[in-house]
Amino acid sequence: MTRRRVLPGLPLALGVTLVYVSIIVVLPLGALVFKAASLGFADYWAIVSSPRAVASYRVTALSALGATVFNLVFGLALAWVLVRYRFPGRRLIDALVDLPFALPTAVAGIALTTLFAHNGWFGSFLANFGIKVAYTPLGIMVAMAFTSLPFIVRTVQPVLEDLDPALEEAAQSLGGSDASIFRRVILPLLTPAILAGVSLSFARSLGEFGAIIFIAGNQPYETEITSLLAFIRLEEYDYQAAAAIASVLLITAFVMLAVTNLLQARALRYTVKN
Amino acid sequence: MSATAKIKRPPRVGDNPLFRTILIAVVLVVTALFIVAPLAVIGFHAFSQGWRFYAATIAHPDTLHAIMLTVVTALIAVPINTAFGIAAAWAITKFDFPGRRLLLVVIEIPFSISPIVAGVAYLFVYGLQGLFGEILADADVKILFALPGIVLASMFVTAPFVARELIPLMQAQGRDLEEAATSLGASGWRTFFSVTLPNIRWALLYGVVLCNARVMGEFGAVSVVSGNIRGQTNTLPLHIELLYHDYQTAGAFAAASILALLAVVTLVAKVALERRGAGRRPALAAPVAVLTENAK
Amino acid sequence: MKIRLDAVEKSFDSFRAVRGVSLEVESGELVALLGPSGSGKTTILRMVAGLEYADGGSIHFGSVDATDIPVRDRGVGFVFQHYALFPHMTVGENIAFGMKVSKQKRSKAEIDARVADLLRLVKLDGLGNRFPAQISGGQRQRVALARALAVDPKVLLLDEPFGALDTNVRRDLRRWLREIHQELGITTLFVTHDQEEALDLADRVVILNDGQIVQEGTPEEVCRQPASAFVMKFLGDTNKLKAMVTSGVAAIGNARIEAPGFPDGAVDVFLRPADLDWANEGEGIAATVVRVIDKPSGRRMLAVTETGEAVELDVAPETVVTAQQRGVVTIERARLFSADQPTSRLI
Repeated sequence: MTRRRVLPGLPLALGVTLVYVSIIVVLPLGALVFKAASLGFADYWAIVSSPRAVASYRVTALSALGATVFNLVFGLALAWVLVRYRFPGRRLIDALVDLPFALPTAVAGIALTTLFAHNGWFGSFLANFGIKVAYTPLGIMVAMAFTSLPFIVRTVQPVLEDLDPALEEAAQSLGGSDASIFRRVILPLLTPAILAGVSLSFARSLGEFGAIIFIAGNQPYETEITSLLAFIRLEEYDYQAAAAIASVLLITAFVMLAVTNLLQARALRYTVKN
Repeated sequence: MSATAKIKRPPRVGDNPLFRTILIAVVLVVTALFIVAPLAVIGFHAFSQGWRFYAATIAHPDTLHAIMLTVVTALIAVPINTAFGIAAAWAITKFDFPGRRLLLVVIEIPFSISPIVAGVAYLFVYGLQGLFGEILADADVKILFALPGIVLASMFVTAPFVARELIPLMQAQGRDLEEAATSLGASGWRTFFSVTLPNIRWALLYGVVLCNARVMGEFGAVSVVSGNIRGQTNTLPLHIELLYHDYQTAGAFAAASILALLAVVTLVAKVALERRGAGRRPALAAPVAVLTENAK
Repeated sequence: MKIRLDAVEKSFDSFRAVRGVSLEVESGELVALLGPSGSGKTTILRMVAGLEYADGGSIHFGSVDATDIPVRDRGVGFVFQHYALFPHMTVGENIAFGMKVSKQKRSKAEIDARVADLLRLVKLDGLGNRFPAQISGGQRQRVALARALAVDPKVLLLDEPFGALDTNVRRDLRRWLREIHQELGITTLFVTHDQEEALDLADRVVILNDGQIVQEGTPEEVCRQPASAFVMKFLGDTNKLKAMVTSGVAAIGNARIEAPGFPDGAVDVFLRPADLDWANEGEGIAATVVRVIDKPSGRRMLAVTETGEAVELDVAPETVVTAQQRGVVTIERARLFSADQPTSRLI
């Protein structure tokens, strides 16, 4: 059944949208996939499974994991403190949480590198304990944690704000201690938001480039992330290798998108009506 | 009746004073080390060789050119992106059509993709070895390693920014107002400008501010497509990298301080817009919510 | 468990929600806190639960001063207005929650058995594995009650327990709650703004206005002996007419109502629609019919008196009357209140 539309403007709005999305998003990604596919499976596999590429996946994934775990703990604490407590400076901190999104990644990169370099404010202090951050995988983790910090805070914060106080009161009236109420009632209700934040944070860390290349040291097999490897292949005019490695990043992004949606659907299954 | 009487309320989860104090202290310290310190180090190094050196770095032709290029890129990319964001939000929220959900996903894609992937992808469209490479070379049109490439890459990475602010808001507002305006005889444009726009202006501005910050700060995608030619295709973030790797640390930080300032201005604008209800809803103090509930 | 409130006070900012309320609820009693919104009834209930702390006064459970005992140690069962069921737990898990977090350890088998018993008690056998989003409003209400009962509370507190339900479901649940109360004999206090609900369900009704108790008593007492014009009006449809008292007798139209103790002068006469009848002539108030509304139980007449006051009366279904007709409103029962001296008298 076709229904006459009440409001005007669909052809124009949809036309503009489709043209823009096609030219700006779909066309380049299609060209990338096309380029990678033109390699043939054997060549493609040889590039993406080369030891240097695999080492870059490992460095990238492990650093992203570390950064996400840090952000999970700190982000949850930040969200809790911002929502539940009133203290001087709260609004300032609330605003500052978004700094990593607003600060260009290259700027963040040189600032973090300078802080953590062996003669920097933090680096010289940490050197006393034999800890090196800049130009090590730890540095990659720091850069990733910085650039993806806001995700978990900003996904958890509104859910925590909207949490019905009656749920907590009900749990209290039934005799629950703070720890058990947090674990059994509050945390499960925050889980969908936490999962969303974690996967956004992890995906962003996997794709981060600007902040990392300054602090990483960029030693093949040691501190070379996958984005950088694609970039290096490009500078070596090895376009096919660049396409293949970029396609791995693209596929990872899509997998992350699907995983995020699945996890969220699972965490929210109790809201589904019969 | 004492107006200053402190309201005694039963403790909520986490109200234990010791726990509360420790948690706040930890958050304050980590925030200071992790967020404030990077900002401070930029300012510190930018002025480490004095005001004069700072001014000279900013006034250097290469820096000025980088600033110009960054501003011009934003002036082109942001308005186009804004128009797209409005069109997409209007189509998706005011109509039902097959493929609506798919379109939503496609618009969000750039948000989850590494900017390097975006840069590489553009290379395979407009580069010599790309889809249109030969045609463009024959026609002598330069897209890559020139302004158009920088603008296109910037538009890719920021494509979702305006739309994702508008869509949830316009979805929540429904179609009643627009339908009422249309039933009263208003044209589509008239309906948009006098009914829809006033309701979404803060969210729109919010999206524009975030989009602008990202365009001006974009590094990865632009570094692939620009070719990094000093004094020609160097945007400000690329210029910072160049100076930094030339061991001109103070110069790099001086240039970085401009972008850091932009970030701070963006945050201030963001807070101001959030107070007007754009983006994340302004934090309603939880105890206040409980009290108003009970007073009913 | 007996509950005793002594001069309890509570303010929110500058709003005095509860002003010196003293109240006793006997062990095993079912008491309704009835009042319009903003009367402080919910705040009183939340203070009894420990979800709100009193600014002044004390609350005793039996001989124990419970004023400062936190809610988790107070041993009350609280049914929230919108139930506050944990949305991520099944019905069974919701009911088991209090037993799981209790300091008193129970085996899983023990908890399961108790959950099954409670599900049977609230007539929800077989729904233990559903999530709250998957059951109806009336079922959710019963789960909330089962969850509150699971911890063997000393006192059961319900905040607008039927507020969110359809009229039909509401009536059934009311009767059913009454049965459960009879079966368990647990001291129960509930809040409502619906006078019919309070009168239908409670042993005793406490009527509140502006943070103070204005009357308390059995449903019969508050209906038959309303202590003030406010209670009279709040409990049901009422006509208010002006009358003049001379030497202990109020005159209204050509009807006379005894008003001993009232000084000479103006007085308010309150009349329920059922306290009035219609006649073509006789002793009463001359009036003109404006409209007749037919209901299953009889006819509701809207009329205007000679002095221009609107009056509503319920008459038998057989009464023959049409709009514009003139006649007389006769008075069978009336209640007089002067502005500051709330004495009342039946004729």
